[in-house]
Amino acid sequence: MALTTATSTKTSSTGESVSTKSPRAWLQQALPKIVLAPSFAITVIFVYGFIIWTIYLSFTNSKAFPNYVLTGSRAYQRLWRWTFESDPPSSWYTSITNMGIFGVLYVVICLALGLFLAILLDQKIRGEGILRPIYLYPMALSFIVTGVAWKWFLDPGLGLEQTLHQWGWTSFHFDWIKNKDFVIYTVVIAGVWQASGFVMAMFLAGLRGIDSEIMKAAQIDGASTLQLYRRIIIPLLRPVFLSAFIVLAHMAIKSYDLVVALTSGGPGGSAWLPSNFMYEYTFKRNEMAVGSASAVIMLMTISAIIVPYLYSELREKNK
Amino acid sequence: MSAAVSARPAGASTMNRIVIYGLLAIFAVIYLIPLFVMLVTSFKTMDEIQNGNMLALPQSPTVAPWVRAWGETCVGLTCAGIKGYFWNSIKMVVPAVAISTLLGALNGYVLTKWRFKGHKLVFGLMLFACFIPFQSVLLPMATILGQFGQFGKFLYNSTGLTFGFGNPTVNLVFVHVVYGLGFTTLFFRNYYEAFPTELVKAAMVDGASFFQIFRRVLLPNSLPIIVVTVIYQFTNIWNDFLFASAYAGSGDVMPMTVALNNVVNTSTGVVEYNVNMAAAMIAALPTLLVYILAGRYFVRGLMAGAVKG
Amino acid sequence: MRKLFMATAFLAASALTAHADDVKEVQMLHWWTSGGEAAALNVLKQDLAKEGYAWKDVPVAGGGGDAAMTALKAMVAAGNYPTASQMLGYTVLDYAAAGKMGDLTETAIAEGWDKAVPAALQKFAVYDGKWVAAPVNVHSVNWLWINKAVMDKIGGTEPKTFDEFIALLDKAKAAGVTPLALGGQNWQEATMFDSVVLSTGGPEFYKKAFNELDEESLKSDTMKKSFDNLAKLKEYVDPNFSGRDWNLATAMVIKGDALVQVMGDWAKGEFKAANKVPGTDFLCYRFPGTDGSVIYNSDMFGMFDVPADQKAAQIALAKATLSKSFQSAFNVVKGSVPARTDVPDTDFDACGKKGIADLKAANDGGTLFGSLAQGYGAPPAVANAYKDVVSKFVHGQITTSEEAVNQLVQAIDDAK
Repeated sequence: MALTTATSTKTSSTGESVSTKSPRAWLQQALPKIVLAPSFAITVIFVYGFIIWTIYLSFTNSKAFPNYVLTGSRAYQRLWRWTFESDPPSSWYTSITNMGIFGVLYVVICLALGLFLAILLDQKIRGEGILRPIYLYPMALSFIVTGVAWKWFLDPGLGLEQTLHQWGWTSFHFDWIKNKDFVIYTVVIAGVWQASGFVMAMFLAGLRGIDSEIMKAAQIDGASTLQLYRRIIIPLLRPVFLSAFIVLAHMAIKSYDLVVALTSGGPGGSAWLPSNFMYEYTFKRNEMAVGSASAVIMLMTISAIIVPYLYSELREKNK
Repeated sequence: MSAAVSARPAGASTMNRIVIYGLLAIFAVIYLIPLFVMLVTSFKTMDEIQNGNMLALPQSPTVAPWVRAWGETCVGLTCAGIKGYFWNSIKMVVPAVAISTLLGALNGYVLTKWRFKGHKLVFGLMLFACFIPFQSVLLPMATILGQFGQFGKFLYNSTGLTFGFGNPTVNLVFVHVVYGLGFTTLFFRNYYEAFPTELVKAAMVDGASFFQIFRRVLLPNSLPIIVVTVIYQFTNIWNDFLFASAYAGSGDVMPMTVALNNVVNTSTGVVEYNVNMAAAMIAALPTLLVYILAGRYFVRGLMAGAVKG
Repeated sequence: MRKLFMATAFLAASALTAHADDVKEVQMLHWWTSGGEAAALNVLKQDLAKEGYAWKDVPVAGGGGDAAMTALKAMVAAGNYPTASQMLGYTVLDYAAAGKMGDLTETAIAEGWDKAVPAALQKFAVYDGKWVAAPVNVHSVNWLWINKAVMDKIGGTEPKTFDEFIALLDKAKAAGVTPLALGGQNWQEATMFDSVVLSTGGPEFYKKAFNELDEESLKSDTMKKSFDNLAKLKEYVDPNFSGRDWNLATAMVIKGDALVQVMGDWAKGEFKAANKVPGTDFLCYRFPGTDGSVIYNSDMFGMFDVPADQKAAQIALAKATLSKSFQSAFNVVKGSVPARTDVPDTDFDACGKKGIADLKAANDGGTLFGSLAQGYGAPPAVANAYKDVVSKFVHGQITTSEEAVNQLVQAIDDAK
């Protein structure tokens, strides 16, 4: 990695020194920035501009519609109270604790399972062309409907439990989807089912992108398969881990349909995630200020987790 | 890796193969359970669904639910099935995927091979953009799209053409490109990060231009990541409901997801689960097709060839 | 799309001259996408077609209208108003207060809507003296839906008080059927609790607590007793009730797995779809102790402030919506009752006839109340906070009725 950066920096700096006079060279040098500029400008306007808009709204008294008169931090005070003085747990408190449980389990299990399946599939498997779509297909189906299938499957009166009872295993008991303390774990199950195949595909692409010469060289040195993976391949997949982590973290944070389709919010709202909270308050309850404040808090929390990670990931390349 | 495996003694190797295939098969079965539930349900009659076990095979299989979902079920007041909505979705998804993937590839190329001061900050900012909750951009984006519409009317009045401003399909393409850029850039940037810079350098010495290097050196070696990006973008855009329902809800431009949702989500009325399941599978066909077709390009050794060539 | 622009451009050019260039199309946002509902709405589409107006359908289903309302917000933010949109209670008033609604007062007076439409509905259809919406129907939520075969088997009779209701449920329990079919989703639980409160506290109490949000009533002992009664009802629910969709609960009653469901009159559509006949296969009774009162909700078509050239189409739509023939045809299919009290009940079944008579009586007697659970008792913020509390009580996050009442007062206070 270090080599890559060093050489590329050198290339552009040599380009610079050559280019000072000729317009064609100048264009050649400015071209990369010109190519990147529209994407960056769009991001600044449609993401960061809208984040500022959201922050602004969170300090107003917006109800059903945006209201641009600043009225102070009442929305945050309410969220504060719902976080710290909440007995029985408020919907907000439930949402953020669920986010913690769901986020960690979802991301970790998907990464582990995705990598595992990708490594298995990369062993020159016959029938890879059939297996790959089998792991991937859950991504293709809209959760509006797969949610129903999962709901049935997990329902003790309709699905797995009843079937096993019919087959004679009468002591089997699995009612997490009906239990306010466990319902969030059923959301994890369905979520992992949906996304792990895609993570597998990302790792597979990463594995296929690794120069096979490197692996051959390692094998000649006498590394065992396990060593090969631990010492060489998995470290080479670091950028893929970053991509996969970002994709999973974003899907975890945006998991809205999943909760609605699978649990309708869960017993007494016990399966809510912050995205459900935000949608409910912004659109359903006409409390746009509270909804915006919760979006801001979500974004702040995400940046508290992502920014250090990004910083370390991107910084290391400099050494 | 296969070399690593085959280098071992034959007995251990056979054992390994059995374990590997066994694990892959077990996972395949687990992943297929929900699909199995949906498939058997889609071939049952409503009576059987209400009275029978959801995992049981249909006793009197019927294709009526599929026929209904394809050509008869009601999407709002129009009862012509969901077949007509494929085209609306394809019109939107194909350009959106193509544009966002191409831009992502170019961005990734610039951010790894033509680095400039601050490239990490730019990348970081584009990455973090992936996390903005779509619910909170819905209204400001609508306002801006409304402005596009006004501009389109103005253009029409002055030139006789709208240039696509205000067209709901164009609007959706725009929105999906905007909010897909972060991901496509991420994918390509991290893929090109591992791409040998020597090749780029060598091409430069040969006098190749910015775009020539991209086209001749990077793109031919990007197939696996193009597959991943296309799969990701295609799936997300095809399945998006929030933007589609908010910006293109009316019958003549309505994308497939909104139509499917209208079939499945009844507020107060009778739910035909068999039709819903069939409709969901029909709606997912293009995505599945992309997975299977694109999957063929998951091949190894492209890069090795390039190094040698 | 280009056609639309051409039309727009043409109209902009000839804005001052023309009535002949009126747009012959209504654009209608709604979430009635299921078979029966769509069939009911199709009647309106055909009525308008007879007058030469095309119907541009904008259906967005999901979440009992949530998805459609989100789409509507985006459409309005883009300045792209539909001719009309299906809306519920306070939403109409919100859009009216934001100045987005049109004015139908002239038509309303000419057509005599102010006399035909119950005053309780006019509270939502009229804003600041102007008619802004056309009510389509009146649903009523304080109903019991009973499987007659099961009822006969256990030898039950119509319960007239809450205690009799409990006794009836006990009989069913003894006979080994699930007594009460409930879907454990917050709106279903709160919808049932609406009836429990009306039954426990009587009409005056319901009005004070759930329509006027009177704090004394909300934290009174009567409210605590209502929660106690809800806890009693919960004893008769099967263990798998949590998260169940309402139509599956109805299916339990249809199949005879359960005796009774407390649900709005849209449940009738499920019985009818299963070819069940009121009186012989199933029974519709008022929730015990609420006879004479009606807890209602209503679907309305909110009329937006559309450009002048679309006004004629909008008026045609509103007129067609409130015509007696459409009101009858639509509501026979939908299971609700007409939004005007002067529509003949000849085409309705027994339950529908009773619904129409009850609505008229409740309207005359001042016992027609908005359902808090369905968004007709208070603005959405309050109504949803209420659903939270009821649901948390049913599912055990809130353990005592004392605590429930405190939480209710707090939540409603927060949301105001």
